Amino acid sequence: MSTLTYAVSDTLVLAKRSLYRIRRQPDLLVGFTIQPIMFVLLFAYVFGGAIATPGFDNYIDFLLPGIIVQSMVFGGFVTALGLSEDLKKGLIDRFRSLPMWGPAVLTGRILADVGSNAIQLVVMFAVGFAIGFRFSSGAPEVVAGIALVFLIGYAFSWVFAFIGLTASSPEAANAYGFTILFPITFISSAFVPVESMPDWLQPFAEHNPFSAMVDAVRALFLGTPAGNSVWLAVVWSLAIVAVFAPLSAWRYRRSVTR
Amino acid sequence: MAREFAIEAAGLRKSYGAVEALRGVDLHVGAGRVYGLLGPNGAGKTTIVRILTTLLVPDSGSARVAGHDVLREGQKVRERIGLAGQYAAVDENLTGFENLEMVGKLYHLGRRASRERADELLTDFDLTEAGGRLVRTYSGGMRRRLDLAAALVARPPVLFLDEPTTGLDIRSRMVLWDAIEALVSGGTTVLLTTQYLDEADRLAERIAVIDQGLVIAEGTSTELKAQVGGDRLELRLDDPSHADAALVALSQLSDCRPSLENGTVRILLKHEPGEIARAVRLLDDAGIGFDDVAVARPTLDDVFLTLTGHAAEPSEEEEPVAETAGRR
Repeated sequence: MSTLTYAVSDTLVLAKRSLYRIRRQPDLLVGFTIQPIMFVLLFAYVFGGAIATPGFDNYIDFLLPGIIVQSMVFGGFVTALGLSEDLKKGLIDRFRSLPMWGPAVLTGRILADVGSNAIQLVVMFAVGFAIGFRFSSGAPEVVAGIALVFLIGYAFSWVFAFIGLTASSPEAANAYGFTILFPITFISSAFVPVESMPDWLQPFAEHNPFSAMVDAVRALFLGTPAGNSVWLAVVWSLAIVAVFAPLSAWRYRRSVTR
Repeated sequence: MAREFAIEAAGLRKSYGAVEALRGVDLHVGAGRVYGLLGPNGAGKTTIVRILTTLLVPDSGSARVAGHDVLREGQKVRERIGLAGQYAAVDENLTGFENLEMVGKLYHLGRRASRERADELLTDFDLTEAGGRLVRTYSGGMRRRLDLAAALVARPPVLFLDEPTTGLDIRSRMVLWDAIEALVSGGTTVLLTTQYLDEADRLAERIAVIDQGLVIAEGTSTELKAQVGGDRLELRLDDPSHADAALVALSQLSDCRPSLENGTVRILLKHEPGEIARAVRLLDDAGIGFDDVAVARPTLDDVFLTLTGHAAEPSEEEEPVAETAGRR
């Protein structure tokens, strides 16, 4: 068999392993289902009344694309934690001593992330629809929007793979992830209109790649003016992959059990 | 056949920053043998295993495993080795069966063969009943057995066991030792690292003593013990007043002076056959009677102390603390 065949089959074997874990660690399943529901409801009902979103029918329309993109970004956390645990427990050593396609340890995890992101997406759409979210664009745009959401999740999985292989422990990976990504996702157009922020913060929020990603998904789901956000979002996602996939692969090759 | 080595290493060096983990290590392990790397924590044993299993690139030096160069033919080496490390490297969220099946698939054995092999190994390691349970419910000994089973999935001709019994209780160690002995009788070459002297003594045909990144002694366990000296003879005299006469009578047996303590004479014999019988005859001829005679063979502990000037393993009292702190 060729390298390509092994690349695919080894990735699938390891993706299956990661998905088993979700089923067997009920707390993870809670993270994937209850947490997005909680976020949608909290933001919609606690902040919804206080946040003015000119140009949108209601706050849930404005909110849902933002919260979906945020969930996709954080979906890669499982990869960071998983790789960090594998390192700690010596599993990475075992994998690296096998005649398998090496990067499958990463691609398998990331493929599993795509699966868990899909679960989250379904849950959030269901809650969103229940409390009044509606698409207001055409079917092709909605499909493109969903594809973009997965691309964004995929890109950030590579960021998390790098964090997981670099952090000294699963706890540290958790801390890095939150410290870096919380400000980035909040200082953006995800939850409030950028115009409502202080003047000095607005430039950061406007140029934050995360804002472009949210604006793009919003435009594709709701038909709002897209500007150049869609191609910016795609370029940013691909750029993140181009940087963090090789970085992670390099880290993996020289990773040592702690 | 005499020149057939399953593992050959020449001049392996590896530094981590300013720390020299390996300072030029040569090894030759014959096919079908159990070879022990004996040394304390931090001696460089694990670094050697990592290099030989392609996990780590040495700063200089070369190595061949199962006929292939570890640096240039890593993939071919990986197809021919199994590794069981210091940690039970098994996935806690999979069952025992699923762990072995996964490893089989990653060796590219195919789905059916992977499953059959998983069942076989569960039987061999007395894990059939536990095979369907999640590994996180396993005891430490069961995890290690599963870990060793995982290393054997592809029936590798060369097996690396990095401290396979560290942290295990005596009973689990015995079970694992039996499993390793069974393997070797099947023709597998085993490189075993250990800081337990009794383990090396029991399992390994040849032993390299490693200290501070160097092989400081090499040979069979008997050869290593010979470096320390012969057997120690202990005689308890029936009449302590004969002690001086006994010391004179026995002095021709040893280069070292015999010692006397509470009516017991201790003497280090030369490493020659028949020395014990000679000692008994000499005392008889001198008309000195004794109640009891004991022979103490030197242990690898003595070897280590003689070679390095420090003990090989942490004292027994410290160990349980280190275990609970170090492992989950």
